[in-house]
Amino acid sequence: MPDIKITPLGAGQDVGRSCLLLSMGGKNIMLDCGMHMGYNDERRFPNFSYIVPEGPLTVHIDCVIISHFHLDHCGALPYMSEIVGYTGPIYMTHPTKAIAPILLEDMRKVAVERKGESNFFTTQMIKDCMKKVQAVTLHQSVMVDSELEIKAYYAGHVLGAAMFWIRVGSQSVVYTGDYNMTPDRHLGAAWIDKCKPDLLISESTYATTIRDSKRCRERDFLKKVHECVAKGGKVLIPVFALGRAQELCILLETYWERMNLKYPIFFAVGLTEKANNYYKMFITWTNQKIRKTFVQRNMFDFKHIKPFDKGYIDNPGAMVVFATPGMLHAGLSLQIFKKWAPNENNMVIMPGYCVQGTVGHKILGGAKKIEFENRQQVEVKMSVEYMSFSAHADAKGIMQLIQYCEPKNVLLVHGEAEKMKFLREKIKEEFSIECFMPANGETCVITTPVKIPVDASLSLLKTEAKIYNAQPPDPKRMRLIHGILIMKDNRVSLMSLDELCKEVGVNRHILRFTSTIKLDDQEPINRISEKLFSLLQEKLTSWTVTMLENNKIAVQSVTIAIESDSNEHHKNVLVSWTNQDEDLGAYILGLLQNMG
Amino acid sequence: MKLYCLSGDPAKPCYIISFKELLIMLDCGLTAQTILNFLPLPLVHSQKFQSLPNWISPRDHDSQIDGELKECCGRVFIDSSPEFNAPLDKIVDFSEIDIILISNYMNMLALPYITEGTGFNGTVYATEPTLQIGRQIYDYTEPRNGIHQLVDYIELSPKANVATQWKEMYHLLPSPLCDAYKPKSWKHIFTTEAVQNSLARVQIAGYDEKLYQKMVAMKYRKPAKKGGVVKYSVAADQRTRLSGSGFCLGSSNWVLSSGHEKVAYISGSSTLTTHPRPINQSALKYADIVIMTGLTQAPHYNPDSMLGELCMNVGLTLKNGGSVLIPCYPSGVVYDLFECLSTNLDNHGFSQIPMFFISPVADSSLAYSNILAEWLSSVKQNKVYIPDEPFPHASLVKNSRLKHFKHIYSEGFSTDFRQPCVVFCGHPSLRFGDAVHFIELWGSNPLHTVIFTEPDFPYHHVLAPFQPLAMKAIYCPIETSLNFQQANKLLKDLKPGNIVIPESYTQPPTMAPHKTDLIIDQGPDKPLITFKRGEVIKLPLKRKRNRVFLTPEIAATIVPKEVKPGLSLSTLTGYLQVKDNLHNITVVEEEPNKKTIPTRDECLKRIKYELGTLDVDLFYKKLMQDGITDVRMEQSSPGSVIITLTSEDTTIHISEKSTHIVCGGKQSLRLKLRDLLLQCVQKI
Repeated sequence: MPDIKITPLGAGQDVGRSCLLLSMGGKNIMLDCGMHMGYNDERRFPNFSYIVPEGPLTVHIDCVIISHFHLDHCGALPYMSEIVGYTGPIYMTHPTKAIAPILLEDMRKVAVERKGESNFFTTQMIKDCMKKVQAVTLHQSVMVDSELEIKAYYAGHVLGAAMFWIRVGSQSVVYTGDYNMTPDRHLGAAWIDKCKPDLLISESTYATTIRDSKRCRERDFLKKVHECVAKGGKVLIPVFALGRAQELCILLETYWERMNLKYPIFFAVGLTEKANNYYKMFITWTNQKIRKTFVQRNMFDFKHIKPFDKGYIDNPGAMVVFATPGMLHAGLSLQIFKKWAPNENNMVIMPGYCVQGTVGHKILGGAKKIEFENRQQVEVKMSVEYMSFSAHADAKGIMQLIQYCEPKNVLLVHGEAEKMKFLREKIKEEFSIECFMPANGETCVITTPVKIPVDASLSLLKTEAKIYNAQPPDPKRMRLIHGILIMKDNRVSLMSLDELCKEVGVNRHILRFTSTIKLDDQEPINRISEKLFSLLQEKLTSWTVTMLENNKIAVQSVTIAIESDSNEHHKNVLVSWTNQDEDLGAYILGLLQNMG
Repeated sequence: MKLYCLSGDPAKPCYIISFKELLIMLDCGLTAQTILNFLPLPLVHSQKFQSLPNWISPRDHDSQIDGELKECCGRVFIDSSPEFNAPLDKIVDFSEIDIILISNYMNMLALPYITEGTGFNGTVYATEPTLQIGRQIYDYTEPRNGIHQLVDYIELSPKANVATQWKEMYHLLPSPLCDAYKPKSWKHIFTTEAVQNSLARVQIAGYDEKLYQKMVAMKYRKPAKKGGVVKYSVAADQRTRLSGSGFCLGSSNWVLSSGHEKVAYISGSSTLTTHPRPINQSALKYADIVIMTGLTQAPHYNPDSMLGELCMNVGLTLKNGGSVLIPCYPSGVVYDLFECLSTNLDNHGFSQIPMFFISPVADSSLAYSNILAEWLSSVKQNKVYIPDEPFPHASLVKNSRLKHFKHIYSEGFSTDFRQPCVVFCGHPSLRFGDAVHFIELWGSNPLHTVIFTEPDFPYHHVLAPFQPLAMKAIYCPIETSLNFQQANKLLKDLKPGNIVIPESYTQPPTMAPHKTDLIIDQGPDKPLITFKRGEVIKLPLKRKRNRVFLTPEIAATIVPKEVKPGLSLSTLTGYLQVKDNLHNITVVEEEPNKKTIPTRDECLKRIKYELGTLDVDLFYKKLMQDGITDVRMEQSSPGSVIITLTSEDTTIHISEKSTHIVCGGKQSLRLKLRDLLLQCVQKI
């Protein structure tokens, strides 16, 4: 099956609800299983009925791969495995396996306990789902079955984020998940080797952005926060518990220390404290600098940053508060926002991307009034700042990754259609490779040339190599190989004819022709023979002509023997060859006949 | 394929194999037992060692060695900077080595001897824990530890003279010096710079990682050797040990394979389930060759019962008001000792007894062990998901049950130190490190106990220079490497083609010569292949096949012909492209040949072969159909037929395996006959 089929169930020309179906070499793989934060109805989960209208998915899916712990990449996993039904293997890295269940539980609480939703997965379902997870380490080759192999690479998006290389037979695909090509304060840059996949599936959140230098953005961020608190304002920074939060904490912590500031910084209790513990435990997944210094000082032990209490919301005076979730769609961050939004002294800094439908998305779009479900209205007078600290690759980074791994095709997901189109053209132009961007539910078929693996006899290869190496080096010289292809028991092997006869027990039938012609020449046989020899050498430049005993000449299997005839004026010339040298034999015979 | 044995100590292996034009070093262990022949290096001036008498030969005494050899309790010690038995350097030119594979952090201590100042230009592969803990074991940026503490010491207080004269007459010295192996080749410790440079060459490899691409890239960066056709892959695989084991985090076995051949190198493995990730046996199965080393050095001791004995003896000593010294390495078995001993002490009402861990790398050793969760057993791994530290020593430190210091003279030690206590301290050889101090401090008091858990050094040799000792000495070796029974079972399960082992594994250990079961068993069909120090042996690995790929274009041109049920054949002629050691066969482009002279490529491309036997009756029928009727057919011998075309002076000799057409120069007839013949025989 030379085709690779990709169908996005989510993240096709869209951000959020990442879920892709990949079919390759008879294997079906689900890449990520996320939920959409912008919806509260069934649209938040991928449309699993696309795979099979009813019943469990286990027989239809060989494995599920989760790239990282963000809910738009793993949020639908318990729903898919426990409610729709899937008992096969699920792969993710160790940090993802550690952190994902906590975020899932957190989300479940918000959905069920705060919003009072029913028909949601339960705590037990999250636990049962995580039991199906097999944790992988970076660069470990995991054989899912005898044909399907996967391998994780560092993606640098959040702690434990990975890109996955997937191979079936000679076909391979790389799925990036979300990734970041520039190292930041706590994570390293994504890395992959030149694995030349048939298809690279890349996120494209920042398909058209070339982000300014990180340092500028950081300075900007610190300046804005400082100005706001200096005039007594409150700064709200909605974050996801893990990832950007830690980086911004390190940033503020060092700035506060350097500037000797005393304004309180708070961190929403619960998850985040625990989250910092994960960072301590999985320090091997952070960047070089943190890893080197962790014995002396753990970067995630913060001095200036204190846990937050809900009672502080109405406290007077300046403060900085980190609160979850990051898109202001629910929970504490939204609660604080409602209180602080009407005051123009306050500020909200959105440090990452917000999907459509969330409050975060609305205020970034300039909305001055937000309406909530219970007809509550909130005026937005506080200043709204967007600072892109999301660790996604920008256009430059995406191009860089393509250059690194040299794919034969690229497929863009996890981005907005218009921006994707732009990037697609750029990729096509710069790398001259095909680039796809299917919408949700749209199947993209990529035909790949399939190389056929063959077990070649070493002696055959060695004989060829010997001939090749004996010749003067010439990079343009083509290396010709000739043998017999044997197809037996679903295996293909290549060997020389002699080996075939010996090992497989096949008998050759040799067809030989011997033509006798008369030559008008009175000279002694050895003279004629020499004459013929030099003639043949001159004509047959690509062949080896040898002189044998008894004045015989040989080229390949063609032999030429000269005999004296009873008639002294004539000589009999016997030209003999096997059927394999028919062209050569016929040519030589013709040559001699014309001489005669 | 050849194997060069550079180390005589199977517990500290160092071998080189030639595999497909690559020279691969397997492990780089350093035999440190030679240092037991030297006097200890105390931290402070020692009256005892200073006042030892010179050794005087009972026979004709040579005054040249005066001052080099000292006598203590009837044994002779060298008063000089200690020296080590480095891997043999005369057998292979180290600059030719392409790759060094390290299986665990104890097996990398000779690395600077190989990689520095030798012209070595290859790459070293090890897992992350191996590198990190190995770095600790010979750490240099931090105050020195282990061997490096020695570097430090020697740098700070160099011995005035380096003893060399005794080597001229070592065979005349009392045992064990007279049995020393080539003392002239013993080497001094490397410089800190050499260690730094050497470790910088280490590339990180993960479990089950295939290093194929990296290897090939490396190979091809170098000036290509003639016919550099190498297809090569290395998959790091893991091995484990049980709780109470020695050095086990990140330890690995290596599998070299090329699609058709598989060589497995098993070095220091354990089939017991404990704190590291369990051994991956399936990766080692059905290898053509298994090279096995690093079996337990204490095969006649059960690690579990030794652990119990240790706890019991600690309890006994504490009960009598004594303290316990446990000489140890800074990583490995010590973590398990913390865990077991603290629980045991709690259960016996000794929870107020402090445990001290004194090592220059104590802090990083404790810190690293708790961040390497991915290399741990699933039980320990699951703790991280809570999140909780995988090892309990983090909480022991928090509760001040376990206190760690770099040195005994480090800040805070003297205020915190109180007896009775349990001290974990290096070096296990008691020739240097803070442990020397404790032996001198407690040696004369029979209430105290020293317990040896590391089997690397025979404990009576270790204690020799401190004699006479009043303190109790107990030997509880805790080694979880495979014992012989486990190794034999493993080999049985792995079903290797050939087993290659150090010669010493075919005889019972010298310590227990009557234990004839402590050997590796002969396989059912093939004899064991053994080697010993300095030997070069040939390994029976015959390559027959190599993987090549057909491009889709050439694959489309192939028309297989079924010659027998289930067997299809086709000729194949294509261009071979070899790049990055991958063989591709592509289509030979059709070039219109204007000349009448046939070229070789063209002929090869069109070539067909005839198989089997010619159907003579069919041929005869075809001749008739074609109007060739003046034919005479006669049986010449059984199975052979001669057909004569009387009017054309042409005869066709047909036998079972060949057909010979003898004719004149008339091409049209010959070609017609050829055509007919080819219709009557199988061809591919």
